[in-house]
Amino acid sequence: MVQFSMVDMLPALPEIFLAAVALALVLVAAYGGESARNARRVTRLAMAGIAVSMIMVLSGNAGSLSAFGGMFAADSFGAYMKVLVMVGTFAALAMSLRLGGNSQMNKPEYSLLVLMALIGMMLMISADNLMALYMAVELQSLPLYVVAAMRTNSLRSSEAGLKYFLLGALSSGMLLYGASLVYGFAGTTDFDGIRLALEGRELAPVFIIGMVFMISGLAFKVSAAPFHMWTPDVYEGSPTVVTALFAIAPKVAAISMMMRLTYGAFGGIADQWSQVLVALSVASMVIGALGAIMQTDIKRMMAYSSIAHMGYALAGLAAGTLAGATGVMIYMTGYVFMGAGTFAIILLMRRNGDEATRITDLTGLSKTHPMLAVGLLVMMFSMAGIPPMAGFFGKWYVFLAAVEAGLVPLAVIGVVTSVVGAFYYLRIIRLMYFEDTDSPLDGGVPTANRVVLGVSLAVILLFFAGLGTVLGAAETAALSLMTSG
Amino acid sequence: MIANWPLLTIITFLPTIGVLFLLMIRGDDEAVSRNARYVALWVSGFTFVISLALVLNFDSARSGYQFEEFREWLPNTGISYHLGVDGISMPFILLSTFLTPLAILASWKSITVRVREYMIAFLVLETMMVGMFASLDMLMFYLFFEGVLIPMFIIIGVWGGARRVYAAYKFFLYTLLGSVLMLVCMLAMYLEAGTTDIPGMTAHGFSAGMQTLLFLGFFASFAVKVPMWPVHTWLPDAHVEAPTAGSMILAGVLLKMGGYGFIRFSLPMFPLASELFAPLIFTLSIVAVIYTSLVALAQSDMKKLIAYSSVAHMGFVTIGIFTLTEQGIAGAMFQMISHGLVSAALFFCVGVVYDRLHTREIDAYGGVAQVMPRYAVFFMFMMLASVGLPGTSGFVGEMLVLVGAWKASSWVAFFAATGLVLGATYMLWLYRRVMFGKVVSAEVEVMDRINGREIFIFVPLTILVLWFGVYPASLLDVMAGSIQQVLDSVAAGGALVIAER
Repeated sequence: MVQFSMVDMLPALPEIFLAAVALALVLVAAYGGESARNARRVTRLAMAGIAVSMIMVLSGNAGSLSAFGGMFAADSFGAYMKVLVMVGTFAALAMSLRLGGNSQMNKPEYSLLVLMALIGMMLMISADNLMALYMAVELQSLPLYVVAAMRTNSLRSSEAGLKYFLLGALSSGMLLYGASLVYGFAGTTDFDGIRLALEGRELAPVFIIGMVFMISGLAFKVSAAPFHMWTPDVYEGSPTVVTALFAIAPKVAAISMMMRLTYGAFGGIADQWSQVLVALSVASMVIGALGAIMQTDIKRMMAYSSIAHMGYALAGLAAGTLAGATGVMIYMTGYVFMGAGTFAIILLMRRNGDEATRITDLTGLSKTHPMLAVGLLVMMFSMAGIPPMAGFFGKWYVFLAAVEAGLVPLAVIGVVTSVVGAFYYLRIIRLMYFEDTDSPLDGGVPTANRVVLGVSLAVILLFFAGLGTVLGAAETAALSLMTSG
Repeated sequence: MIANWPLLTIITFLPTIGVLFLLMIRGDDEAVSRNARYVALWVSGFTFVISLALVLNFDSARSGYQFEEFREWLPNTGISYHLGVDGISMPFILLSTFLTPLAILASWKSITVRVREYMIAFLVLETMMVGMFASLDMLMFYLFFEGVLIPMFIIIGVWGGARRVYAAYKFFLYTLLGSVLMLVCMLAMYLEAGTTDIPGMTAHGFSAGMQTLLFLGFFASFAVKVPMWPVHTWLPDAHVEAPTAGSMILAGVLLKMGGYGFIRFSLPMFPLASELFAPLIFTLSIVAVIYTSLVALAQSDMKKLIAYSSVAHMGFVTIGIFTLTEQGIAGAMFQMISHGLVSAALFFCVGVVYDRLHTREIDAYGGVAQVMPRYAVFFMFMMLASVGLPGTSGFVGEMLVLVGAWKASSWVAFFAATGLVLGATYMLWLYRRVMFGKVVSAEVEVMDRINGREIFIFVPLTILVLWFGVYPASLLDVMAGSIQQVLDSVAAGGALVIAER
């Protein structure tokens, strides 16, 4: 019988606080009415809650703590990833504040659901037990299914929500099935316990199957190929604010969970899962790069782009080393800001009040909206991994880890696909700068988008200057991940 | 006193500060364009003046790096902010800072749209070029080396000719593909040596097997940059479509990044592989010299002709480098500096008539010498320098390369010398067709004489070409110590690996 005391729950204080905020906001949403004004109020309160919770995470104890009988781990790895997730969610919420047109997104429940998903994501990052892992995944997924389908008058949106739900449910099932097999073999659901149970034992095929099932289930969540099929449809069909959120936060949470599972529970048998991740990584890089070339819709293109990015992140993860974990964290840091900055612009792609999300809608942007064009230019070069932008350093560190672990072919495939990727990022720059248009996009940049874009630009352009700090923090975090067992 | 200043940092980042000034310009389009031109010219001119301090304070007698700056960047990782120059990189920095204001001046009238953005691109380009030559840390080198692609892509794509999009893509993707293979090699080297410091890496001594692989990775990058046959095809497209000033910088400085890379990385770090692959490089270079000269003969577009001649001239450079002799490398270095000046001037020559007639077709011209006598003099001088007339800088470089090549193999020297004959053929023929004969059309008849601005660009280029031709020691003395050092590390690296066995 585990002794229960309030002090034990302290490491989970940021999550508990957010949960309390979410519950309070249910009342605000319910009694404040359906008006757009109330929706904005809920959003602002949710953002304030996230900000306070972020301060709690940042000021938390640096050591590795756990709560709920070891189900919940609060270490510096968790803190690092949680900050990224919170920054991403905060930005996505901020940009949803001033939605023009008939977006139907000005509902109080939107921010509420996002906030609940955020709690799920934070729990995913901290989950240190198979049970906690599964519950966190569900807590994250269910609100996101709803927000994907939130635009009820749009067939595409409903389709996106349904697709996301069906495939999400499938992946959860795989995750759960895999977890049950792992539990059956190890006799415990605790990550540390699994790690101990695996030590020096011959691995039964049933365990390997379970492990592969779990990794596959998580691969769905990070949208790694060949489990990526839902991504382009959901990105395209969902309301753009929701796509912005999808592109940033859940990816970070899912990859963190993958890291804790592989480095923690399966930490002793890296040689077993490394090859699975290599296969996922190669497939994602290739499919992401090639798939994006054919796209005409910018949201679909961003979907393939995110698949490719996950491929790069997984290349670092596949290394299975401290350097690999560090590389993934640096990569994801750049990824969050690139995603936020890019979507700050995509959200503004409107013509006569209607969303205009074809890539060709960006034609001539450098003449009509010079500042936005410069912003998108920097984002695209960063995503293509051209130095001195942040995207390059992410690639540098994940490939460094891959080469160190002897995965030179993986690194070579990675850099070659990054050249293919450059092709479609350049296409956007070409449209914006090399060509003219006679039907410009609407003007006017809301403050939220301006701030998100400005901050993202600053982070990406000055990444090299702060790299020492980021690297130090990521290394500390990676170390806490490796030694948590 | 001046020796204590972080001179290289100032020279590298001064143009970036100029970019901030450019961003602050306010007013109507007309005023913005005018002010942007002046700001860019003043900033780049001032950068050039400061870079002269490098020459004045450079100690040719000292081997090793000078004006070194060392700061912590990423603690405990062996990656640092490390700048410095030696006799090999210093001339290139000067070449970059010298050509940038001239290029800006060359586009004074011909660029009329988005002038501010154009000037920003050029100043960013200058930072990247100077930073690349000044970097003594491999990661920094790579940042600048690839960073060059961004402004150049924009310059070709926005202000280029009719097929600019195709040319910009080709330029970008070709060079990127080469660079990323080098990147993987850099990762492997970093893991092996534990540092990205270039002097530290040179002293490290990689095993023979590793050298072979690393050499190939770096070769992929530098060969595209040089460019060597058969990966040269991006160059004619990029040159033809780029605006005049873009071509000047592209031919003048960017092509030299490949040759510089070979001398800075390939030779001292992979000496065994360099010897191993020297015959391959000779073969490719000879093909380049002869084949592209023949292709140049067949061109009807002036810019394309000069672009192909660049490939041929750079073939001499790679031959010179891989002779692994003092004369060969010195010749290659000299040829690069000389070609930087001469080809920039030749592209400007094309730009001058293009501004007037808006065509680069050779057939559209004829008898220009009668209409523009002063221009004819400058063009002839640069044409002869390109051919390698004694008394111009072109002669010294080719001569030294041939001497070095003769030491390595008489056949290489023989074939390379054929290229000289062909070079004279296509350049003289070009000159005859454009300049002499009857005035072919009424449009040519009324072409304006060259103005003061254009003369102002030609004069310094002419003086330098003549100066280096008459008094080559002024440049050779600067380089001698550093070239000897490269050769020493080639010899030492070879000995080290043999001793290990």
